[in-house]
Amino acid sequence: MLAFRRRSDVATTLFFFLIVSSLFPLGIGPEPAVLSSIAPGVLWVAALLAGMLSLTRLFAADFADGSLEQMLLAPQPLALLVLAKIFAHWLICGLPVVLLAPIIGLQYALPNDALLVLVFALLLGTPALSLIGAIGAALTLGVRGSGLLVALLVLPLYIPVLIFGAGAVAASQHGMSSQAHLSLLAACSLLALVLAPMATAAALRISVE
Amino acid sequence: MLTAQSLACLRGDRLLFKNVGFELNAGGLLYVLGENGSGKSSLLRMLCGLLMPEDGAVFWGGKKIKEDAENFLSNLTYIGHLNGLKDDLTAQENLYMGARLAGSEVSEESALAALAAIGIARCANLPVRVLSQGQKRRVALARLWLTDSKLWVLDEPFAALDAASVDVLASRLSQHMSNGGMTIITTHQDVTINAQSSQILRLSS
Repeated sequence: MLAFRRRSDVATTLFFFLIVSSLFPLGIGPEPAVLSSIAPGVLWVAALLAGMLSLTRLFAADFADGSLEQMLLAPQPLALLVLAKIFAHWLICGLPVVLLAPIIGLQYALPNDALLVLVFALLLGTPALSLIGAIGAALTLGVRGSGLLVALLVLPLYIPVLIFGAGAVAASQHGMSSQAHLSLLAACSLLALVLAPMATAAALRISVE
Repeated sequence: MLTAQSLACLRGDRLLFKNVGFELNAGGLLYVLGENGSGKSSLLRMLCGLLMPEDGAVFWGGKKIKEDAENFLSNLTYIGHLNGLKDDLTAQENLYMGARLAGSEVSEESALAALAAIGIARCANLPVRVLSQGQKRRVALARLWLTDSKLWVLDEPFAALDAASVDVLASRLSQHMSNGGMTIITTHQDVTINAQSSQILRLSS
């Protein structure tokens, strides 16, 4: 099922993440205290927007070439197919960001244990971003100016993930335990994992009509 | 057996058709005719369950298609206006993917044989993006040689095909019907297809 290849997307997402998060240290100046205090928020916002970039293309190509119709008519449950597509999206857009984050974190003078928490938080949180984003992508399928609409629909729903994700890193910077934040982040992802595929499948059926 | 009961289709605020009903038995062929915009494609999408009917219902073997979706869908092959091919994949890979989606496995030999049957064996390893319109259509139609589903719903299958391919496809359809299959097609071309029973449904606006 992972035969849905889109090579250019990986590069776009990664470079966007890389550039946005590198611009801040350049613009703000090399003050380690300031940088490390804004780091969690900036990195999470960059990761969020990077994931958003490729969302509109999640189903658009399938919609345009008719593969989506064939997916709807497949005897397998649609939610399962959708979950496979979301997983592929996360592998392409989420995982590289997670892997790149510690390197970017070094630019922000983050201590080692905070880097570790950052990677862990991103690992727990980025699946939720792909899952929630898929609902927005399915709802705006075939609508003109869908890119902007997806952002308007999905960004508010990303807020909890952003708060707990950035909170986890900030907590570990201040010497507190980040466990509470990470647990809530995992809860967000699990909730999205249960609900998002079904919601996306329903949205796709409506969009294709 | 496929039964449609008093189907009605509303697009926007325009009523495309109403009170459309028919019964299609094993070995049966149904031509859906009508001018452009009379709702042929909408009717076909409705019969597959892609479009909800405004009124009426479609039954497969006596059960509503929505209630018995898995059974119905595993007996259905639909080829619409869009070919459902991935541009980056080769013709052969597209056939594998189509078969996987339809819930079956296809061997390399049978995929090549299907492509050969419709005369594009030499394009098997080319990415679909470099093929012509007619060749793409033929890759999509090659699925008909790989499926064992009962009901085929084909929207303008003969469009963009050359005369030789039209004959090949027509004989494949005749073969399908003689094996007890059912076919619903829309077409503007005059093609002879042999079937145990054939009906014509004319939509007028």
